Amino acid sequence: MFRYILRRLLQMVLAFFGTTLIVYALTFAGQGDPIQALAGERPVTPAQRAYLTEKYHLDATGVGGFFYRYFDYVKNLLQGNLGESLTGRNIGDILQQAWPVTVRLALIALAVAIIFGVTAGVLAGIRRASIFDNSTLVLTLLVLGIPTIVLAPLAQYFLGVKWQLFPPTAGSDPTFYALLLPGIVLGSLSLATALRLTRASVAENLRADYVRTARSKGLVKRRIVIVHVLRNSLIPVVTFLGVELGNLMSGAIITEGVFNIPGVGFNLFRGIRTEDGPLVVGIVSVLVVVYLVSNLVVDVLYAVLDPRIRYE
Amino acid sequence: MSDFETVAATENQAARRGPSGEPGTPNQVGAANKPRSLAGDAWRDLRRNPIFWISLALVVIFTLMALLPGVFTANNPNDCLLSRQHAGPSGGAIFGYDFQGCDTYSRAVYGTRASLLVGALAALGTGIIALVIGMLAGYFGRWVDAVLSRVIDVVLGIPLLLAAIVLLKRVSSDSQWARIGAVVFVLALLGWTTAARVVRSSVITAKEQDYVAAARMLGAGNSRIMWRHILPNSLAPAIVVLTIALGSFIAAEATLSFLGIGLKAPTISWGQDIDTGRIHMREAATPLIVPSAFLALTVLAFIMLGDAIRDAFDPKLR
Repeated sequence: MFRYILRRLLQMVLAFFGTTLIVYALTFAGQGDPIQALAGERPVTPAQRAYLTEKYHLDATGVGGFFYRYFDYVKNLLQGNLGESLTGRNIGDILQQAWPVTVRLALIALAVAIIFGVTAGVLAGIRRASIFDNSTLVLTLLVLGIPTIVLAPLAQYFLGVKWQLFPPTAGSDPTFYALLLPGIVLGSLSLATALRLTRASVAENLRADYVRTARSKGLVKRRIVIVHVLRNSLIPVVTFLGVELGNLMSGAIITEGVFNIPGVGFNLFRGIRTEDGPLVVGIVSVLVVVYLVSNLVVDVLYAVLDPRIRYE
Repeated sequence: MSDFETVAATENQAARRGPSGEPGTPNQVGAANKPRSLAGDAWRDLRRNPIFWISLALVVIFTLMALLPGVFTANNPNDCLLSRQHAGPSGGAIFGYDFQGCDTYSRAVYGTRASLLVGALAALGTGIIALVIGMLAGYFGRWVDAVLSRVIDVVLGIPLLLAAIVLLKRVSSDSQWARIGAVVFVLALLGWTTAARVVRSSVITAKEQDYVAAARMLGAGNSRIMWRHILPNSLAPAIVVLTIALGSFIAAEATLSFLGIGLKAPTISWGQDIDTGRIHMREAATPLIVPSAFLALTVLAFIMLGDAIRDAFDPKLR
């Protein structure tokens, strides 16, 4: 177990440096004159130039200078110092306001996936090859195949604008009701995957020897399913949903943008639209860390739940 | 993340168990007392599967549309008159006009080309990277495999949409081909891992086969064994995965264009049209619905086609 965690941790550290290096190299390095860019159209006095050059170690050229500045960036990132957006707001403050909204949206999406996905998955797994099973399979394939940029605006149009069942957009301080439709849209993908996973795993476990033993002992079917099969089948589903929570928090760019929800994804969406470089890089850097950490936590969790994983 | 990764991840597990290209066990004796091959069985399954035929028909239609858009519509997609903004259907424009006064249907038809081109090129690039990496890792094993597998793990850990945003922000050129090339490059660079794993596992299976031992005994070198014997036998599962990936790449391209960092103005793309349609949905809905339907149908067609073929080749499901 220790060895497994250590290996995953090393992998994550590698991925962390790999991605942040790419992010850094592509956005900060190789730009024209950063000092002039900072000052805009105004002239820069030699004193200011010398001060900034020394402060940010811009005189160090070549590989050494590049890595010096890169580690500076990583240090700031780890300390939560993300700088300012082009509009002059502190990116840390923007994120602090946006996180609670994004987390609420992600939790609603996750709840939708668990309530509908897992339940339908168990039913489909028990009644394999029935009409219910086949129709859920086709339906989930449809959901998996339809991109969010189609699903979100169409749901907004039909359910929000045309039939007015839900508020079409959420305001600056969204209520639960306003977040419900975006939550369903965001959760529909996880729902489909959770359903398929649950179905496959229930169907597989129903054929296991311990189920036959339980049946031959004379247990009723409901007890076999709830006590024996479910407990074993839900291991992969639990880990999947864990990964999804991380994904949902970082992946709501489209949904938050379309439904006007002031979360992290929405700020990224706006940053891309307004070509606000520092804002985009700041948010992407943080989201990458969130994504990597949530993946790590889930992998370790999986290894705790299922010992077979450790010895691959 | 994007739908793309979720789909890929779900398919991934199934795909690894998928067909290995080896001849199936002769499980049933056919009419002519001849043992049927795995491909024969799969074809028999596919022939009776309506989803296979529907998705194949859609793929053919959209491919034709990409090659010969003029056959499907007589109107020029760039012939836009602001005076007929959001006007109803008339003269060939069966779905009316959009915000700029362009023919909605014609734009959707002409948008097929960029989407399929990006999807196909990205799948091709992915296929090449995946074949080389998967082949090397699977065939040589040991430290080569260890290193390459870690590389795959690391790339798999990079969130696609976020990385694509950063990479594409860097491309400042607005020329049509530069943008298409950039999107293809980014998608291939980040999307090859699933296919590489599939190739690796099928190469590992194939290299233990008797015909490989026979070839080696006859004095064939590594490269000859790899390209002449193992490659043809481990290609099938990779092609299935790439079909599904093609659908996902089309969705990813549309998402990037929707965000405004993928394909840009002179190129007609569904992602951009969906975005414009979305903003003006209260005035007119068809400019949103038509490109959405085109995009959804194309992506679904490729994913369902790949799914059907894979299921047919999976003897466990039989």
